[in-house]
Amino acid sequence: MAQILVWADHDGAVLKDATRNAVTAAAQLGAVHVLVAGSGVAGVAQAAAMISGVAKVLVADDAAYAHGLAENVAPLILGLMADHDAFVAPATTTGKNIAPRVAALLDVAQISEILSVEGPKRFTRPIYAGNAIATVESSDAKLVITVRGTAFAKAGDAGSAQIETIGTTGDRGQSSFIGAEVATSERPELTSARVVVSGGRALKDAPTFEQVLFPLADRLGAAVGASRAAVDAGYAPNDCQVGQTGKIVAPEVYIAVGISGAIQHLAGMKDSKIIVAINKDEEAPIFQIADIALVADLFEAVPALTASL
Amino acid sequence: MKIMVPVKRVLDYNVKPRVKADGSGVDLANAKMSLNPFDEIAVEEAVRLKEQGIASEVLVVSVGQAKAQDVLRTALAMGADRAILVQCDTEVEPLAIAKILQVIADDEAPGLILLGKQAIDDDSNQVGQMLAALLGRPQGTFASKLVVEGDHVLVTREVDGGLETLRLSLPAIVTTDLRLNEPRYASLPGIMKAKSKPLATKTPADYGVDVTPRLTTLKVSEPAVRGAGIRVADVAGLVVKLRELGVA
Repeated sequence: MAQILVWADHDGAVLKDATRNAVTAAAQLGAVHVLVAGSGVAGVAQAAAMISGVAKVLVADDAAYAHGLAENVAPLILGLMADHDAFVAPATTTGKNIAPRVAALLDVAQISEILSVEGPKRFTRPIYAGNAIATVESSDAKLVITVRGTAFAKAGDAGSAQIETIGTTGDRGQSSFIGAEVATSERPELTSARVVVSGGRALKDAPTFEQVLFPLADRLGAAVGASRAAVDAGYAPNDCQVGQTGKIVAPEVYIAVGISGAIQHLAGMKDSKIIVAINKDEEAPIFQIADIALVADLFEAVPALTASL
Repeated sequence: MKIMVPVKRVLDYNVKPRVKADGSGVDLANAKMSLNPFDEIAVEEAVRLKEQGIASEVLVVSVGQAKAQDVLRTALAMGADRAILVQCDTEVEPLAIAKILQVIADDEAPGLILLGKQAIDDDSNQVGQMLAALLGRPQGTFASKLVVEGDHVLVTREVDGGLETLRLSLPAIVTTDLRLNEPRYASLPGIMKAKSKPLATKTPADYGVDVTPRLTTLKVSEPAVRGAGIRVADVAGLVVKLRELGVA
C-alpha cells in the first residue's frame, strides 16, 4: 500500500481544520502518516493522532520548525519522502509555501489545489479562478499535492494513531521569524465557519463595515469575510479576503452584503451550500448565483435583518 | 544589486475564460493577453527599488511563446532595463520554468528575485518556491511589504491568520501578493524607450533544460453551473427563508 505523508497545519498550539480535509484526500491514495513539525507541539501531535484514518503521526520538535519556515522544513520532508510515495499538504498559506519547495527538491511536478482524486495519479484541479476544471495525470514516481479544503470532507476524531518522534534537520540559518500581526477574534475561523457574512465595497469605510456587518455576524455566530475591493480599500484586513487569491470558503450559508460578484470573488465562495445576496443593484452578477436574493439598500436591510433574528 | 523579475503572459484578467468544446483547454485564440497581474506588481516593486537607489539593474525574463515579447516590452516600458525571452512554443510547467530561471540566475547573479505569487491562468503558485529550492536560497512568499536592509530583506507576508514578517538573507526569492503596491501605467516616453531596450531571445536548450511535461492534461471542462434561486421582497421574507434553513 502506498504511504502518504500529510503536512499538519497548525499554529504551534492548535491543529488547523484544513489538515482534516487533507487527510480525507490522502486516505484515497494510501496509508496516511501525518507530519507534525514545530516547537513544543506535543498537543498538536495528540490531536493529529485522533484524526480518523491516520495510521501514524511523526513528530519533529525543534525550534527551527517553530514558524514553519520553508527553508528549514523542506529538508526534513525531503528526508521522509524516501519512505513515502506522496506528500500532501492542505492548500493553506503554509502548505502553499512549503509544498513547491519540496516538489522541486524531489524533482517532481506539483499538483496544486486538487478537487478530487480520480485515480492513483489522476486528479481534478481548478484553473482560471475555477472557471475551468482540469483533469491531470502525473508521470512522476512520487507525488506532491496541495488539497483544496472545501472539496473534501473533514476527517473526524475516531482515530488512535501511534506517535513517533523523528530526527530533526536543524536550522539552515537563511531565514528567521521576526513577528506576526495575528487577528484575534471570538468568531469562528473563516474557512471552517458554518455561516459567513461577507461585505464588499458598498460598505463605505472600515467603521461602517464593522457597524453594519459585525452585529449580524455575531447574531448568527458567523465568520466575517470581505471582497478584494473591500480589503484593498482598507475596510477589512487581508486575512478576511474571500476569492481567487484570498481564501476559498464553502460554508452552509454565505451572506454576501454589498458585493457585486466579480469572478475573482465568486471563485472563492461559489461552492457554498446556500448563497444569500443583499445588494441594491438588481443587475449585480452575484444575483446570478444567489439562492436567495434581496434587492435592497444594505444600510437599511442589514440592521433590520439583525434586529429580526 | 541586480533584481531579476520572471514574468508570464496570460489571458487578461478582465476576459472570461471559455472552455473549448473539445475539452482540450481554454480558448485563447484572438483573446486579449496581458502581463500576469501579480508579475506586474513584481516589476513595479523592482523598478521602485531601482528608483530608490537600492537596485542597480532590473532584468525581466519570460518563458513562453514569441508573443511573450509583448509583456516583456510592457515591463521594459514600466522601467525594467533589459529582457530575456526564453522561447518555447509548447506549454512549460512550473518545474521546468524554475530550472530555466535557475540557470539564468546562476549566470546573472541577482541579489533579489521578485515574481508574482501565481499566474492567473493555471493558478499553480509554484515557480517562486521551486526556484528558491533549486537555488538553495530563502523564500518570502505572498509579500505585502518588502524592505531591503544591507545583506538581508524583511518580508511581510499575507498569511491565513493575518500578517507575518520574516528576515531573509540575500540573495532571496520574494513572491508578490496584491497589496504590495499599485503598479504604474507605462508612460508614453517609457513605451518609446522600451522599444530600444535590449531583448535577448533564447531557447530552453540554450540552458540545457528538458521541458518535457510531467503532467498530462486529460481534459478541461466547465465547472458545475449554479443557477439563480429565488428573490425575496423584503427583510421579513429573508428572515422567513433563513429560519427555514435553520440559520436563525
